[in-house]
Amino acid sequence: MGAGHAHALFVHEHSKIHHLAPEAKLAAGFVFVVAVAITPREAIWAFVIYWATLLAVIRIAKLRFGFVAARLSVIVPFVLFAVFLPFIASGEKVEVVGIPMSPDGLWAAWNVLAKASIGASVSIILAATTELPDIIRGMERLKVPAVMTSIASFMIRYLELIAGELGRMRVAMTSRGYDPRWLWQAKPIAASAGAMFVRSYERGERVYDAMLSRGYTGAMPDLGHRRAGRKDWLTVVAMPAVGITVALTAIGFT
Amino acid sequence: MTAALSVSQLSFSYPDGHAALSDVNITIETGQRVAVLGPNGAGKTTLALHLNGVKTADTGTICVGDTTLSDGTVGEIRRRVGLVFQDSNDQLFMPTVGEDVAFGPANLGLKGSDLDGRVAEALHAVGATDLEDRAPHHLSGGERRRAAIAGVLAMRPDILVLDEPTSGLDPAGRRELISLLQELPITQIVITHDLPMALELCDRAIIMDAGEVVADGATSKILQNSELLSQHRLELPFGFDPATLRT
Repeated sequence: MGAGHAHALFVHEHSKIHHLAPEAKLAAGFVFVVAVAITPREAIWAFVIYWATLLAVIRIAKLRFGFVAARLSVIVPFVLFAVFLPFIASGEKVEVVGIPMSPDGLWAAWNVLAKASIGASVSIILAATTELPDIIRGMERLKVPAVMTSIASFMIRYLELIAGELGRMRVAMTSRGYDPRWLWQAKPIAASAGAMFVRSYERGERVYDAMLSRGYTGAMPDLGHRRAGRKDWLTVVAMPAVGITVALTAIGFT
Repeated sequence: MTAALSVSQLSFSYPDGHAALSDVNITIETGQRVAVLGPNGAGKTTLALHLNGVKTADTGTICVGDTTLSDGTVGEIRRRVGLVFQDSNDQLFMPTVGEDVAFGPANLGLKGSDLDGRVAEALHAVGATDLEDRAPHHLSGGERRRAAIAGVLAMRPDILVLDEPTSGLDPAGRRELISLLQELPITQIVITHDLPMALELCDRAIIMDAGEVVADGATSKILQNSELLSQHRLELPFGFDPATLRT
């Protein structure tokens, strides 16, 4: 079952990746990212293989490369941090185009850039091919504790509602002349945060009452969604297999 | 014949000592539609929360048909008394309408095609089949209300308790809801400030104030008693002439 209005990161398509069971995609993505994380930074060839694998997945998922590249802007803060590393890292310096840089800093910058961009790309592909409720469902089937998946599910459901309440509260403050510019004018913001907490807490109680009144006894019921079958697991196994093989080979070489 | 619902000597106080319900006695026959009227803070919603065991009374008993509410029967009572909350957002907590409607019957142990069938039946009953895959936060107020009612109907209750069902609805949404409730062949308790709707929908009305039942009778008679209405902070809309009300 998918939501009628998908979340902003989802791309509506009919690809093999879209139709895979969410737990299979989550598990494959997680193992792949772990493999990337443990790969020694000096094994540049390994990162080339990782990128090639991701490009193939993007192609199979019928996503536009430009879409994934644009979404990668989320890692810009890390990139900015990485850019400074060659200049601020201590130790021996080498001249690159006449500018003194630290070799250790250069490797560290490369490490951050390569791993962050691959990790973020995996998340972007997962979000673009899987509806949010399905991701939560996948987490449940991978035995993530029910209390965590329930909190995540309620957060997704009620985030827009709380953002709407916050927006109305801000309008109410602005309409009565509140236009903060300085730190000492922040008190009403703190008070509104407190009010939001109390309102959300009370809503939580009402939602719990609504759940009780429809037979909730402490565990979310199984609604019988399709689970990952052998075909799903066989389809996704290629990605983590490439990751683990390349990572172990790279570790062996270095 | 056993009454659909029987509430006797029900009293309840909140932990801060505020007495929300005092010696409430109500009997409702099968198939009746009863309006529960009263000012804010009269205890109407608290009463509704008692009717399917979400809140536990300090004293008194609640019987649904032949079953008395107790720790051992609360599960069955929650199936038989469906509660539709005032704010549908409180009730629609699952990611999609279909999953929300499935929540109750799944808790009853339904699975597979039985569960799918129950969801389809409930959505069809409220004319919301097309909403099955929609996310609740993308629905209009009227659609949300219908989805919330479907979630309760999916448990095939004997009694439907609706808390302020027309609040927040536009006139067309209100009209659609009244038509829907008129067509549902089920005992209904409608808590409302919407007096014209109470008159149109319910033959009987109960007025609650300060946790007590202060009037119980034919809706048209109660609404023509302007003194009684004003005593309990109730008022008919401007231009609504009590003399023209049907009796």
